[in-house]
Amino acid sequence: MVLGVTVLVFALNAAALGDPARAAMGQRADPETLERLRREYALDRPLPVQYATWLARLARADLGESFREQRPVREVIVERLPATARLALAATLVSVVFGVGIGAIAAVRARSTLDHVLMGLAVLGISTPVFWLGLMLALVFSVTLGWLPVSGYGDGALRNLVLPAVTLGALHTGTVARMTRSSLLEVVRQDFMATARAKGLSEWTVLGKHALRNALVSVVTVIGIGLADLLVGAPLTETVFAWPGVGRLLVAAVGQRDLPVVMGAVLVFALVYVLGNLLVDLAYLVIDPRMRDAVRA
Amino acid sequence: MPSARRPLSHHGFLAGAILVALFAGAALLAPVLAPEDPHAVASGGGATLEGPTASHPLGTDALGRDVLSRVLWGGRVSLAVGVGVEALVVVLGCVIGLLAGYFGGPVDAALMRITDVVMAFPSLVLAIGLIAVFEQPGLDKVFIVLVALGWTTIARVVRGEVLSLKTRDFVHAARALGGGHRAIMVRHLLPNALAPLLVAATIGVGGNMVAEAGLSFLGLGAQAPTISWGAMLADGQTFLASAPWVAVFPGAALLLAVLGMNLLGDGLRDLLDPRLRA
Repeated sequence: MVLGVTVLVFALNAAALGDPARAAMGQRADPETLERLRREYALDRPLPVQYATWLARLARADLGESFREQRPVREVIVERLPATARLALAATLVSVVFGVGIGAIAAVRARSTLDHVLMGLAVLGISTPVFWLGLMLALVFSVTLGWLPVSGYGDGALRNLVLPAVTLGALHTGTVARMTRSSLLEVVRQDFMATARAKGLSEWTVLGKHALRNALVSVVTVIGIGLADLLVGAPLTETVFAWPGVGRLLVAAVGQRDLPVVMGAVLVFALVYVLGNLLVDLAYLVIDPRMRDAVRA
Repeated sequence: MPSARRPLSHHGFLAGAILVALFAGAALLAPVLAPEDPHAVASGGGATLEGPTASHPLGTDALGRDVLSRVLWGGRVSLAVGVGVEALVVVLGCVIGLLAGYFGGPVDAALMRITDVVMAFPSLVLAIGLIAVFEQPGLDKVFIVLVALGWTTIARVVRGEVLSLKTRDFVHAARALGGGHRAIMVRHLLPNALAPLLVAATIGVGGNMVAEAGLSFLGLGAQAPTISWGAMLADGQTFLASAPWVAVFPGAALLLAVLGMNLLGDGLRDLLDPRLRA
């Protein structure tokens, strides 16, 4: 799978139209530098050779050199990773806390007006374009109310993190809420729930301890799916809020046709995604003992 | 879910259908409905960034262009990309899904491996990366990229349906009667996979619209003078404090159109998919 990912990222480079080296260096590039770049990336050799060269360097965590910045892509990306990681973690926190909360309330009050309102909001959250939501939040909370900064990293200040995290988390909050609600309702119908109630446990204990733990399996699935939302939303959210992360780096690199950086950033996003999904699979083993048996068998 | 089997008693479906009809109607009739030429700049610079007034119900942008007219025309781009991309995606996805599901074995393994790899990327990130392949960004490139990456969902859906259908009696019967591979696939398997296909395609149209707007917002999609809601939003961000209407309305239009598509898709799923019926 990971190898397949590298083939596709490489194909991105191989398919590039025009001369990326020249595009990146601009008109003032002297022939010698161009020649050196082409040789370095084996641009004059057959594609399989180019791929092998590139893959061998990749194995040493060498992503090449940024055309634009004239320094290693790895350096450029590593600098930007903490900002994106902070944003993604905060957004996940937002979506899990609000999503599970809203979903649980909707499930307890299933088929009530409150349930319909909350689920309506969830669909609205899923359908709202990330970048527009970001602009609207900035309009209300920064421009109009003046509570929070419009954009920027603010040296990592929490105030600066709030709007980007809510923006990036909103999309997924809706999904988590819907999934929590439906899996809670699914669990509620099962026999052990009736047993728990028959033991005289309170409704909140029944739901909180018995139902929620069982519903957790699908919630973890949704967090896994949410990883895709996070990674897709990152370039947009980071652009709206001038957040110095890998997403904004990618967008800028595409604009400048800095292909080594584009490849590196896309690769990092894909690896995080693949690894994230792997972690989700491992989480199942922790939550659901039945799956451990399935793996052993 | 309320056991709504008739379309008119399913509120979500109804709301979605109305929103989509409004959106499609407004987009198709934009030349008639738009009060002004969406490209016409204000003469003398008097009416730039003007708030909503009687003559410009949604205000004007930095060049004095009528925002309402631009929102209406932008809908055409959004609709064209959303539906156009999805049409090609459905054809591509059906062919790949049918081949993989029907023939199984190495064909299936190879095609699904490709699907897995494409799906191993967060979609928009790969789309952004692919734009770098072209020397200049543009709406046509967005179209190509979205088709190139969009077929995987449909292919998976169709393959799944075909796998469960191909062992059924009517398929055996068709084969016993001498039906060729193509006839069985196109005449027997595909029609029976139509319901989930329609659901996935409807939601896909909304996804394409968001993707186009997102890429255009990032400056990697539609370029001026093409009118795109995403590009309008990017312009609007610059004047967020002084002229918020420039950003508010194109985004609201996009939200309503996508919401309509999602509600319609969810509704179709409830109405069409027998497995979800209680």
